[in-house]
Amino acid sequence: MARMKFLCDAERCIECNGCVTACKQEHDIPWGVNRRRVVTINDGVPGERSISVACMHCSDAPCMAVCPVDCFYRSEEGVVLHDKDLCIGCGYCFYACPFGAPQFPQTGAFGVRGKMDKCTFCAGGPEADGSAEEFAKYGRNRLAEGKLPACAEMCSTKALLGGDGDVISEIYRERVTRRGKGNDAWGWSTAYGRPETQAPSAPPVGGSPAAPAAATVSKS
Amino acid sequence: MKRILATFAVGPFLLGLGACGERPQVIDYKQGTYQGKQDTPPYQAAPFSGNKSQWENAIKTRQQNQNEYKRTH
Repeated sequence: MARMKFLCDAERCIECNGCVTACKQEHDIPWGVNRRRVVTINDGVPGERSISVACMHCSDAPCMAVCPVDCFYRSEEGVVLHDKDLCIGCGYCFYACPFGAPQFPQTGAFGVRGKMDKCTFCAGGPEADGSAEEFAKYGRNRLAEGKLPACAEMCSTKALLGGDGDVISEIYRERVTRRGKGNDAWGWSTAYGRPETQAPSAPPVGGSPAAPAAATVSKS
Repeated sequence: MKRILATFAVGPFLLGLGACGERPQVIDYKQGTYQGKQDTPPYQAAPFSGNKSQWENAIKTRQQNQNEYKRTH
C-alpha cells in the first residue's frame, strides 16, 4: 500500500461544509479548533471554486522538520501524526505548514496556547488503538476499524477523496476523462441543455417571440 | 524497647531510600529522531488482530466506494 492522501476536486466541492461537520462530530473536537475547513476562492462570483483543506500528510512534512521536540512521526501508511505528550505548543509547526493544518486550543487565560491538534487521517495517535486515551487526545481511529477518514466518506458530492494516493488519483483521472471540461464539468448541460440547442434569448426585432415549441432542449 | 529503638534508627534510612525509585522527568533528547511513544499499525488490534491483508482489503473496498462510476455502472 502506498501513502495515504487526500484529494479535493474543486469542480465538485459545493462548500457545504459537510466534511468539517463530519470531522468535528467524529472526533468530538472543541470550539476554536478546525482540523478541516473549506476555502472558497472568488466567493459569489460566477466560476467560484471551493476546496476542502486539512493536513495533507506531506511526504516531506515541514512540521516534522521544524518541531523542536521532535514529536512528529510518519506511520507505515504515510500518515503524519504527533505525540501530544511531547508537544510543547510552541507553534513552529503552524508557521511552517503551508496549509494551516496545525491548530491550537486556547483554553487558558491570556490566550495561552495548548498542545497542537491536527488532522490524523482518522488514524488516532501513539496510544492503544481504540482506547479512551487515544480518543481523548487524538480522536477516533477509523483506520484501525478498516474505514477511511469520516470527511471523505461523508462527502455528498464525492469531491473529497481519501485513501491510497495511487487509488484516489486513478479515481480522479477516470472522473476527469468522463466529465469533459467547461460547461460539461459544471453540469450546466445536464441541467439546462447544451448551449447550441437552446432558444435565442431575445426575440427577433419587429417579430413575435419564438414559440415555446421552438425551444428544443437536449435531454442528454 | 529494643525493637522500637531499632525502628526509629532504621526508619529514616528506609524513607531516604524512597527517593532512589524516582524516575528522571527530563527527556533524553536526540536531535532529529522521534522522541515519543511508539504507535502500532492500524491492523494490529481488533477487529483485524494483526491480519494485514484483511485490513488492506477492507480499505480497498472502502476506497472504491468513492468511485461512483464503479457503483452505478
